[in-house]
Amino acid sequence: MSSELSVNHLLGIKYLKKEDIDLIFKTADHFKEVINRPIKKVPSLRDITIANLFFENSTRTRLSFELAEKRLSADVINFSAASSSVKKGETLIDTVNNILSMKVDMVVMRHPNPGAGIFLSKHVNASIVNAGDGAHEHPTQALLDSFSIRERLGEVKGKKVVIVGDILHSRVALSNIFALQMQGAEVRVCGPATLMPKHIESLGVKVIANFREALEWCDVANMLRVQNERMDISYFPSTREYVKQFGLNKKLLESLNKEIIIMHPGPINRGVELTSDVADAENAIILDQVQNGVAVRMAVIYLLASKIKQ
Amino acid sequence: MSRKVLLDSNEINIILHRLACQLVERHTSFENTVIIGIQPRGVFLAERILKILQEEYGLHDIKSGQLDITFYRDDFRRGEKPLEANKTRIDFIVEEKSVVFIDDVLYTGRSIRAALTAIQSFGRPKEIELLSLIDRRFSRHLPIQPDYNGRQVDAINEEKVKVSWKENDGEDAVYLIPK
Repeated sequence: MSSELSVNHLLGIKYLKKEDIDLIFKTADHFKEVINRPIKKVPSLRDITIANLFFENSTRTRLSFELAEKRLSADVINFSAASSSVKKGETLIDTVNNILSMKVDMVVMRHPNPGAGIFLSKHVNASIVNAGDGAHEHPTQALLDSFSIRERLGEVKGKKVVIVGDILHSRVALSNIFALQMQGAEVRVCGPATLMPKHIESLGVKVIANFREALEWCDVANMLRVQNERMDISYFPSTREYVKQFGLNKKLLESLNKEIIIMHPGPINRGVELTSDVADAENAIILDQVQNGVAVRMAVIYLLASKIKQ
Repeated sequence: MSRKVLLDSNEINIILHRLACQLVERHTSFENTVIIGIQPRGVFLAERILKILQEEYGLHDIKSGQLDITFYRDDFRRGEKPLEANKTRIDFIVEEKSVVFIDDVLYTGRSIRAALTAIQSFGRPKEIELLSLIDRRFSRHLPIQPDYNGRQVDAINEEKVKVSWKENDGEDAVYLIPK
């Protein structure tokens, strides 16, 4: 296994190799041990400054990145578009260049526009980590999802994973499809036809229209959040109908006669994608995903930082 | 590649027994003492010493662990190759314990400096000692010296001291190799 990433930025899973993912996971294993110590901090990145630029609201991803950065001893500055000069009409490059002139080495960016990270990586001299760009990719989420599957089931290869819900608006779905397939898992998607991208099968994933059928097929069900904020038109008649067709409840789960792993990238709409008893069940690894998120992000930042030469 | 044998298997065996004996003289029952092998190569030495302590002194309950120092090193982003981490396994708290670090070669002292920082993540030890098989005594960058020492070696910076272990390399030997 190589001890160096093949990329200088983490813009999407699509740009990674299988060896990169293996290296990130191996490094994350070490950081998982670190964050379970009485003192959870290591001094590796004490000469690195990281800017978290969030042009779109986020709680858990921002907190997870911030914690990962602080546990590596990096200096961290936070920026949120809501309270910044972006509102006064400043361009993305100007905003970022201003921040970089304060000697920032790495930028973690969430942006509502797909491709914003790629655009930035071509124009500024810093390592870029994509923390979600529109409906395009959310690579660290996909990495922590695969890492959590690997942790629970031993390996990702050969596992059957169904991604359920709003595939159309989901960067988590796209990154997950790339990451899981790269590691040899079989991926299918399930959800309302109106929330299914037209050419999704060209990515090598089959669509299963019937939720029960999808559950019977899979080892892991990754339940996506219904993103009401992205739905400018009505994609399904009512939440009630969505719950009836695609909501996961205890009764349905028990009727399957097999154990499946339940995942959710959060935040959960309790009673919509999952009922509370399913979200809190033993085979739901939602909180493991959150904990693994810090370890995986530490690994990504550590490995990218090792490529920033003095 | 010409290499010089510094210690053969027989000499290593004698030294290991002497080092174990010195540890027993100082720590007697090892009730409040823990042994920590520094990753990657100090772990083999630590296991050997532990084996002698168990088999010849009947000390079966010694707490031992492995400490990886990768994330605490001061040369991150300075070398040609990225630093690769190893496993840390310390399933006890070192608070108020006497800690014995075990490493195969003491060279610049920077690894031990990193280990001194790293061990603090597991509590505040009462004291820390260092046992090394080889002490390259004139190569130090920091004021760090071993408490227990197998053999002192005077090697120039263009030379490397390589310790081979039967478990890992098929033989017990210490070589001086030109870099």
